[in-house]
Amino acid sequence: MSHQEHWHRRLLEGKAGLFAALTTAVISVGGLVEIVPMFTVEAAPDAHVVPEPYTPLEVAGRDIYVREGCSTCHSQMVRPFRDETLRYGEWSHAVEYTWDRPFLLGSRRIGPDLHRVGGKYPDAWHWEHLRDPRSTSPGSIMPAYTWLVEDKLDPEDVRASVKALARVGTPYSEQEIADVPRLMQQQGEAIVRRLAEAGVQAEWDDEVVAVIAYLQRLGTDRPGRDAVAEAP
Amino acid sequence: MTTATPVEAGPPAYDDDVTRKFVLASVLWAAVGMTVGVIIALQLAWWPANAGVPWLSFGRLRPLHTNAVIFAFACNVIFAGIYYSLPRLLKTPMWSPALSRFHFWGWQAIIVSAAVTLPMGMTQSKEYAELIWPIDVAIAVVFLSLCFNVAKTIARRKVKHLYVAIWFYLSFLITIPVLHVFNNLAIPATLTRSYPVYSGMTDALVQWWYGHNAVGFVLTTPFLGLMYYFLPRAAERPVYSYRLSIIHFWALIFLYIWAGPHHLLYSALPDWAQSLGMVFSIVLLAPSWGGMLNGLLTLKGAWERVRTDPILKFMVVAVSFYGMSTFEGPMMSIRSVNALGHFTSWVVGHVHSGALGWVGMMSFGMLYWLVPRLWNRELYSQKLASTHFWTATIGIVLYTVSMWGAGLTEGLMWRAVDEGGRLRYPAFLDIVQQLEPFYWARVLGGALYLTGALVFAWNLARTILPRASTPDAVPAAAK
Repeated sequence: MSHQEHWHRRLLEGKAGLFAALTTAVISVGGLVEIVPMFTVEAAPDAHVVPEPYTPLEVAGRDIYVREGCSTCHSQMVRPFRDETLRYGEWSHAVEYTWDRPFLLGSRRIGPDLHRVGGKYPDAWHWEHLRDPRSTSPGSIMPAYTWLVEDKLDPEDVRASVKALARVGTPYSEQEIADVPRLMQQQGEAIVRRLAEAGVQAEWDDEVVAVIAYLQRLGTDRPGRDAVAEAP
Repeated sequence: MTTATPVEAGPPAYDDDVTRKFVLASVLWAAVGMTVGVIIALQLAWWPANAGVPWLSFGRLRPLHTNAVIFAFACNVIFAGIYYSLPRLLKTPMWSPALSRFHFWGWQAIIVSAAVTLPMGMTQSKEYAELIWPIDVAIAVVFLSLCFNVAKTIARRKVKHLYVAIWFYLSFLITIPVLHVFNNLAIPATLTRSYPVYSGMTDALVQWWYGHNAVGFVLTTPFLGLMYYFLPRAAERPVYSYRLSIIHFWALIFLYIWAGPHHLLYSALPDWAQSLGMVFSIVLLAPSWGGMLNGLLTLKGAWERVRTDPILKFMVVAVSFYGMSTFEGPMMSIRSVNALGHFTSWVVGHVHSGALGWVGMMSFGMLYWLVPRLWNRELYSQKLASTHFWTATIGIVLYTVSMWGAGLTEGLMWRAVDEGGRLRYPAFLDIVQQLEPFYWARVLGGALYLTGALVFAWNLARTILPRASTPDAVPAAAK
């Protein structure tokens, strides 16, 4: 202990309450400056093409994507570089993530980016690939998700998800929440038919069907495409 | 110097029992967390290691590894260090030993519930914030019990001046609840599933504000606090510069918070936020190196002891890795460098040079110093401590170098185009397959580091378990 008393020694490092208050203030500045404008500043100019919320089956598929930790190996963020647009397609726009709770941008590409995977492969390819990745992609290091083919969806569980998403602000109507099982079956059966055409036997409430629904939706909401579609 | 004398042991008023508990827990979780790390490293080199069962697949085990090493191993080390040093610095026992125990058992219960729920696929998916909402509530309650206990202890302290280490502890205790609460705000759908109140890019920004500062305020500031207490104690030297510690403390905690957006460069986040993240990350180099220099220069006049004393060896390597990774981090935050490195193994290597090098080695140094004093026994083997040091150091180097190699390979192959403007490696799988040797080298590096940690656990067990009193029981008990 020095006998020479500095002002900060007396005022700050001797007064714990003041020290804690100042620390709180100092650690708050950066977060406030960076995060608050995300809520207050006008959305980007392309926000007029806000995508439709995920369907109940896609919500179920997304929940499974989260459960299996797909985002630990697959990003959903195409960067505006020549090589990335060549490899994956158009770069990712903020508006495309509008209904993403949680966001699934990922931080590591052990496997390829999936933000533009929708429509890239037939449903049966995904079914095969998820069950046995090496059957479609020899040399792949992805785990085989055999249980997705065996395990069943619970529409009531999916309804709970849709309800909670509605509560945080996703625009699902009361009618849609009531219809969750029917909407799931409708979309699931369409996928099952396409799978059957390719010689794959599946049922609409197989978990893998929901994952396929979600994967086929990914990246199909890009503003560029909609603008072209809307043009006369 | 590891000879523990009764004079050096704290007066009985200090509650060292809770410190001993946290020490033992940290050693146990180090072994668990690092073992899971080696398993998932193996899964990338050899996919059949996923074993075909859901709860052993990479996507579910990876968050278990990160949570175990950060919140189980590192946090238990921090808590042990705080419960040992804070009362001694303030010459005041902890306000409530009962609350300290609530904190200990509560925290271990949280870890166990994480180890059960994550392999079951119960996750929020946000990195280092994967745990489901009921566990998040428990974390808030248990962590605040520590904050309250520390606040009450400080309020009745017998030493008015707060020592540097305490500033860093306070920044940890204040910032973590703020980060944890705001990043985990969510609406429950079921008991095990919830949806965040933020969506899309806002959710991403809040997450990386949290995620980067989990690195800043769990793996950095509390460990600097530990450095400021245990390094001078081990070296028997005063801290090099008090003034430097003031400047780098305030600069560090102010700047760290801004750096999160460097995780989202070239994403759909607004450009101004990306630029702020990059600029603040680069400036962060200055206060980080302030801490490194203050640590290393504290050893002035004690350098000859670094050659012989394993504790100082661990601490010197820890502080050096702190300097290395806080140089690498700002470089990787530069947009053009990030364009190459982002999404690659380089980032994983960077995290591990900080985690294995700085956090791990600092922890081991502190624990080697602490255990003989807490149990009032001499360390079982200085030679084994030295073996641990070299195994761990070689492990880190192998890990870091293999990830540099893998990262550059990926980054360069992804972006390679030929003269016709076409991708040179259009099949992503071709690039994946180039990484196999690097992945195997990483398995080896991680396994070496784990081996060192197991040698450490054995050494501590032989130190702690009674020898002189019941010599016959030793081999059986130590097994």
